[in-house]
Amino acid sequence: MTLLLLLAILDGLAYAALVFMVAVGLTLVFGVLRVLNIAHGSFFAIGAYVAATLGTAAAATAAAPALALPVLLLAAVLVGGALGPVVEKLLLSRIYVKDHVLQLLVTFALFMVLEDVQKLIWGVQPIFQDAAVKALGPVEVGDIVYTRYQLFLLPGVAAVTLIGLMWFLRRTLTGRVIVAVTHDREAATAMGIDAQRVYLLTFTFGTMLAALGGALASPTTSLVPGIGVNMIVLSFAVVATAGLGQIEGAALTALLIGLGRSVAVYFAPEFEVVIPYIIMVVVLLVRPYGIFGSPELRRV
Amino acid sequence: MRLTRRAALSAAAATLAVPTILPRNAIAQQRPSELRLGISTFLSGPSSVFGVPGRNAADLLIEQLNASGGIGGVPIRSVVIDEAPGVDFLLGECRRLAQNEGVDVMLASISSGSCLAVAPLAEQLRLPTILWDCGTQRIFEENSFRYAVRTQANAVPEIVAPLLYLLRARPEFSTLAVVNQDYAWGRDSWAIWKGAMDAIKPGVRVVAELFPRFGATDFSTEITRLQALRPDVIFSASWGGELDTFIRQAAERRLFERSTFVLPLAESSLERVGKTLPPGVIVGARGDHWFLHPTARDTELLKNFTEAYRRRFNLYPIYPTFHMAQALYGLKAGYEKAIAANGGRWPSREQLMDTMRGLEFRHLTGTMKIRDDGQGLEPMLVGVTRHVDSYPFPVLDQMILYPPELVMNPTGTKGVEWVRLLTPAAVRRAPAPIAWRA
Amino acid sequence: MEPRLALPAAAGVALVVGLAAAAPWLKFVFTIALAKGLAVLGILLLLRAGQVSFGHALYVAVGAYTVAFARPGIGELLVLLPLSVASATAVGFLVGLFVARYRDIFFGMLNLAFSMVFYSLLEKLYTYTHGTDGIRVDRPSFAGILLDRVPYEWVMLALVLALSLGLGALARVFLASPLGQALPAIKTRETRLEFAGISARRVLLIAYVASAALAGLAGGIIAVTTLHVTPLLAYWTHSGELVFIAILGGGGSVLGPFLGAIVFELVRVYASAAFPDAWQMILGAVLLGIILFASRGLWGLYEDLVSRRGARP
Repeated sequence: MTLLLLLAILDGLAYAALVFMVAVGLTLVFGVLRVLNIAHGSFFAIGAYVAATLGTAAAATAAAPALALPVLLLAAVLVGGALGPVVEKLLLSRIYVKDHVLQLLVTFALFMVLEDVQKLIWGVQPIFQDAAVKALGPVEVGDIVYTRYQLFLLPGVAAVTLIGLMWFLRRTLTGRVIVAVTHDREAATAMGIDAQRVYLLTFTFGTMLAALGGALASPTTSLVPGIGVNMIVLSFAVVATAGLGQIEGAALTALLIGLGRSVAVYFAPEFEVVIPYIIMVVVLLVRPYGIFGSPELRRV
Repeated sequence: MRLTRRAALSAAAATLAVPTILPRNAIAQQRPSELRLGISTFLSGPSSVFGVPGRNAADLLIEQLNASGGIGGVPIRSVVIDEAPGVDFLLGECRRLAQNEGVDVMLASISSGSCLAVAPLAEQLRLPTILWDCGTQRIFEENSFRYAVRTQANAVPEIVAPLLYLLRARPEFSTLAVVNQDYAWGRDSWAIWKGAMDAIKPGVRVVAELFPRFGATDFSTEITRLQALRPDVIFSASWGGELDTFIRQAAERRLFERSTFVLPLAESSLERVGKTLPPGVIVGARGDHWFLHPTARDTELLKNFTEAYRRRFNLYPIYPTFHMAQALYGLKAGYEKAIAANGGRWPSREQLMDTMRGLEFRHLTGTMKIRDDGQGLEPMLVGVTRHVDSYPFPVLDQMILYPPELVMNPTGTKGVEWVRLLTPAAVRRAPAPIAWRA
Repeated sequence: MEPRLALPAAAGVALVVGLAAAAPWLKFVFTIALAKGLAVLGILLLLRAGQVSFGHALYVAVGAYTVAFARPGIGELLVLLPLSVASATAVGFLVGLFVARYRDIFFGMLNLAFSMVFYSLLEKLYTYTHGTDGIRVDRPSFAGILLDRVPYEWVMLALVLALSLGLGALARVFLASPLGQALPAIKTRETRLEFAGISARRVLLIAYVASAALAGLAGGIIAVTTLHVTPLLAYWTHSGELVFIAILGGGGSVLGPFLGAIVFELVRVYASAAFPDAWQMILGAVLLGIILFASRGLWGLYEDLVSRRGARP
């Protein structure tokens, strides 16, 4: 029984790491812009596809195995750096003054467009580019064979990202500006902060994180049309459970979901799909503003 | 009365749209200028991995058929629709295709849910329908349809044949695990497998029943569990991207070394996963087809088709393309027989559908028959993977072509009940295996 | 109904009936579209309170599956539809008791959670629901009469048109009532509403249950029209579709949902027929266009034009 539990924890960690990587960008974006970006899943998918394309190109070169991992980061930066500003400037900034619902639907419309764009660019045949996983090789834990990628790299990158983000948001000026805008947009603007620039920066950064999540997922799985769709729902669950813009909350939620899911696979497999929702409902029952959220200042 | 803008705009739109929405005149029994084929398939979402090859096969074959005069001298034109939006969309489209586009025959669908919804509508619309890919055995078991036939088998033989193969190849296994996608096909195929297995070899211990969500992208936890449980056999009726992922992740973690895998739908993944799939895996093809089919591979028909398909789409054909081919060849044979029986005149819809029942026809890889209840009967090709130099992906060796009499439940019975009547004799009655030829 | 709405409504009905007579296949499409419009009417009520539910497909599915399960025992349409409303209302009340305490993203996501759990249940309880294969619904009788396909489709269209007009009018009355007027207050100044002595939670709950009932009715109509129900009815993208239609039609009037639904279905049919590989992109582009250039939706466009003409001397 303890062995099974240990195995469940190890499996859960890798999955939690991936969920965190994808959801943290959305949490940030939502915290600052108050827009739930449905197209976040599309950025995830595009990041994955671009990583696979770059990976295939890199695999053909002489420096092959060493390039496998950096290529993933490159893909994320490219996708985030290209798509983030474009979407923010062309679409989102036009509707900031409008209703929240409209902003939400702009991202829904964008998601629909990007689903077909993915299909038109990369086709419908499953794409599998696992050079990065192969480069790191397998590792044995007792009797069970894992891949180093899932056991060390994914949780490692997630941990580094978490710590990096925490440091960035607490210790750097830009980071603290972002936190200020998250807490109270009006007060921050009154202090002289250029909210528009903060939105652009945050959205681009959030997109990069989504693409990085996709790039990290891509060596482990087949890329087919529709992989972004489920990630969207999962990310939403994390964002709502974590609390507004709370990246520590996102980390904790991702951990709960990852561990919950793998424990379910071992002991109650049929429940595995609904674990994220159960966690969300239970957390919100106890803490209505999310794990680390606090009530927003209410206007009278 | 104030002319509202909406009314004015709508009137303008309606005038423009009138040609596209009014019904096309199609007089039955007069030879049409073209034979219109409606095809429903998945063009988006994860199932498009089958849907698009099916559509591509249709495009290619229709071109070839038209080049040699079409069907009964009438050229064929296809109208393709995406079944991804769902059943309510598909049913509206069937009506539109039948009434507005004047479609003569409908080829539906990949999703079993779609087939189950379309068949009753086809009866109402008197629309000849060929079920070209969906796997559910329930269609003709639970109802009879005059206007629907199926030019392929169904879940029952597709699952029983690999089981019989396993029982012959590795009769001493005692533990088994199943990893199926969590939807109707995954559940049905497991029910058929388990019923048959418990009947022929009672006492097999099922150590795990895992049903990952449809569209899952990660099987790490399932694979860890399977490594810990060490079943003798792992059975998975998965397909598409999920099967690719499962195979790759299992290979990376050396699960193939511990268990014998039975993958009834893996023929469609062979080219994509390449030699990651190790030798010794039992693979099915959902029917009597494969581009290197043991008895048909040297025929001009198959060679030409494979070559043409590969040249145009850069891929080897997989079972959805063969299913589409069976539908088109069956349709052609049906029309030709009905025309002959009608003294050279174009048949009515009823004549066509009645002719298709009991029809036996040749297709790319062999001959198949359509039973009186509309269900198709085809042999099942099962083999075991082998690595050779001539192809960058595994080929099938020790292939057995299970005849329908052995693996298909008779008319009027339910598949999940019939499998419980199977005995070990069924295993022994299989024909001899055919070895791979270079 | 107010004269401002009566004329467009009448024109709309005439157009729908006229087109359906000219092109028989449109009966089915319009019936489904108007049924969705009913569900969107419910979404509209919640939108007035500034709340977006990403889970109303739950109630559509509850209504549809109620009909599917009840059909073998009950063969009368006029009994099946009220049943679907009743079950959706009951579920809506239970869920609403919980979610009406939340706002904004939490409201939206909790609804999403419930609908996805229901979707999973429908898929997994295979022995009862046949999972993704779905359940077939035999055509029910109408007022005791068993009709053939074509008359049945006419009756369904007429029924759904009548329901749309009637429930639209009812919604209009509700939104003008004190209870309905309290809804926008939740969006703008909820605390002030509480200070005035009105429980915001109760107001939202009532609107929520009403929206669940409407969605349940939509589900029932879809079930008896398509005659086949599948778990996809509960999937979150269908909830998103409902919100999409709400914005497309425009939230300014109770006719918006129906206008939006019909345009949505027609655009989808024609986009998918002309570009089977890119219809999703086209739909998305249409929505983007509406939001960026006509954010009050199609109805807003119509109002603009009418008011401009009316303002002319």
